Amino acid sequence: MILARVVGTVVATRKDPRLEGKKLLIIKPISPDGKDEPGYIVSVDTVSAGFRERVIVVAGSSARMAEGCKDTPVDSAIVGIVDDMRLD
Amino acid sequence: MYLGRVVGCVWATVKDPSLNGQRLLLIQPLTPELHRTGKRLICLDCTGAGAGELIYYVRGKEATFPFAPAEPVADSAVVGIVDSIHLKSPQPVSAANLTPRHKKGKR
Repeated sequence: MILARVVGTVVATRKDPRLEGKKLLIIKPISPDGKDEPGYIVSVDTVSAGFRERVIVVAGSSARMAEGCKDTPVDSAIVGIVDDMRLD
Repeated sequence: MYLGRVVGCVWATVKDPSLNGQRLLLIQPLTPELHRTGKRLICLDCTGAGAGELIYYVRGKEATFPFAPAEPVADSAVVGIVDSIHLKSPQPVSAANLTPRHKKGKR
């Protein structure tokens, strides 16, 4: 799982029927100290994350185990909103 | 499976219900020589690993297997705490490197 920040949304009309009603967000990976890292991911939101929020993102086939994503064509899902982080 | 070190932890209130009660650790991947490599990631924990500890973690769908029959939504999990590493080449790993960094008084 990686840390990321929500930076935008995606709207798609023509898509797999199993993705209907799912919120698609653009997220940008960040390091634990809050710095942006290269790249963007389109991710399905399962926790109602908002703009600029730090989130936990699951990638790969595990993303299908997120709530409401069973048997959907999804390889990235937002599964948590970060309250706080501690670096030792 | 990959080597890593516990460098922190993450709190989240709003999360997938399957993650309730699970610890979320920040892991820094390491080479066998214990040099840092790659980006830090968040792992579930089934070992009770603590801050600064040398661990190994598994990636992919297999990360949920330690929690069977539950299926937490996770793609990486800490599955073991490393006691020692024996490496023949190219460089020997000194035992001093195995102790957590914070116990040596520096990061």
